[in-house]
Amino acid sequence: MTALRLLAVYIRVGILNELEYRVNFYVQLLQSFIGLFTAILGLSIVFTHAETLAGWRQFEILALVGVYFLVGGFVRTIVQPSMARFIEDVRQGTLDFTLTKPADAQMLVSIKQVEIWRTVDIVLGIALIGIALVQLGAEFGLAKAGAFGIALIAGAAMVYSFWLILSTTTFWFVRMENIHVIFLAIWESGRWPATIYPDWLRAMMTFIVPVAFATTVPAEALAGRLTGETLLLAVVLAVAMLVGSRLFWLYGLRHYSGASA
Amino acid sequence: MLNPRTFLDIYAAHCRVATAQQLQYRVALVIWLCFTVLEPTIYLVVWSAVASASGGAVGGFGPRDFAAYFIVTMLVNHLTFTWIMHEMEYRVRYGQFSPKLLRPLHPIHGDIADNLVYKVLTLGVLLPAAIALAFVFEARFTVDMRALALAVPALLLAFAIRFMTGWTLALAAFWTTRIAAVNQLYFGASIFLSGQMAPLALFPEFIQIFASATWFRWTVAFPVELILGRLGMEQILAGLGAQVIWLAIAYAVLRLVWSSSLRRFTAVGA
Repeated sequence: MTALRLLAVYIRVGILNELEYRVNFYVQLLQSFIGLFTAILGLSIVFTHAETLAGWRQFEILALVGVYFLVGGFVRTIVQPSMARFIEDVRQGTLDFTLTKPADAQMLVSIKQVEIWRTVDIVLGIALIGIALVQLGAEFGLAKAGAFGIALIAGAAMVYSFWLILSTTTFWFVRMENIHVIFLAIWESGRWPATIYPDWLRAMMTFIVPVAFATTVPAEALAGRLTGETLLLAVVLAVAMLVGSRLFWLYGLRHYSGASA
Repeated sequence: MLNPRTFLDIYAAHCRVATAQQLQYRVALVIWLCFTVLEPTIYLVVWSAVASASGGAVGGFGPRDFAAYFIVTMLVNHLTFTWIMHEMEYRVRYGQFSPKLLRPLHPIHGDIADNLVYKVLTLGVLLPAAIALAFVFEARFTVDMRALALAVPALLLAFAIRFMTGWTLALAAFWTTRIAAVNQLYFGASIFLSGQMAPLALFPEFIQIFASATWFRWTVAFPVELILGRLGMEQILAGLGAQVIWLAIAYAVLRLVWSSSLRRFTAVGA
């Protein structure tokens, strides 16, 4: 409960901070629409030459792009800014202020910075998914919606855990500002179904950076061809990664000696 | 005007400094390389899947031709790209541009040296990556010595055009200091119009015509098709001609924008 209240407080502070820079909202809106436009243009060019791509129809891939925007928006709204802030705090020694607070440090670090305008991507993602579902015309029952919700949460949890693990290494190697580029590079691949990639690349985007679980698996749920086993695997992996990243965080924290003291 | 000897000395000094600076961040170099390799690989995989879905080839490209196309595109893009528009905003905002302006030499020369050093340092990793990709995806190349020889001036011209347009664009930072959206627009357009997302022949007619009217086509797609031996002599000469015209335009615009932005510049942090 305290956790949720704290989250609400931080989000409110984030909104208040960003409201000072209203032009940023229009800049973000423009950027999101450019991203959307290029994604859809690319998709439509590919589909002038083919009916299906590795068994995916055009609007199924549109749903996938929607999931890609939705999860990407979540990452850019809260995960990426908070982790960047955390890495900077370690370097500057200001992490000490967070550590002395009486709430759980991992949680504080994870919600420290909220860039509220980035939620534009989340809204666009939901809109794309809606359009795709209408175009696909398939019945969208409670079971499908539930499977999609679970797959989405599992995927988001894995992406968060991955970021936390990556960022925690900053306790050992102080200069890690560029680390997010690793994620962004592989994240790009998530806008296409994981099944089209050769095995080595698919293994990379499944088990090294969990892109496939964050985008392809929820999109499969929308398209109605997610198997129970895959969903179960996603949930198990998500729990494992959450626990693993938590342990790694605690281990890293013990290693941290503070920069200012 | 400086004599050529001093000029070369200054470049050599710039290059030594840039080498030392960039070798400090070896991990960052490698991470950026992942990015450079992965993006064309994604498009290569997508188009190979399209080709096999529509009976083995689209627009004269089979999977192995796509492999060759995207590997060469990766190399050409790497050799000709510039990241200056991302750096300029930072420089202007943190007042790092003022000391550069005080020097007796145009600040663009330091950036050129930086860029060349980065290309040389990273090519040592990128070339093996390209060769590995060529093996994994069984790329099919047709080697045409005459085309390869002509690719040298084409690449140099492409580099010069992209560097100047990039620098001109970066100068927008003098007006807004927040140019992220402008950059994104520029990169979004260049991915399509320069043939990085797909060979231009696969695009609808009107996009092809539009691409030919911009410099994007002549800075990436043209050298790539030239290297792959897909162009006849007439097309090659026309392409080189278009490059020369764009170089002249880019140079003129850069001069113009540079002088007016200098008048506009009010230093931060001085």
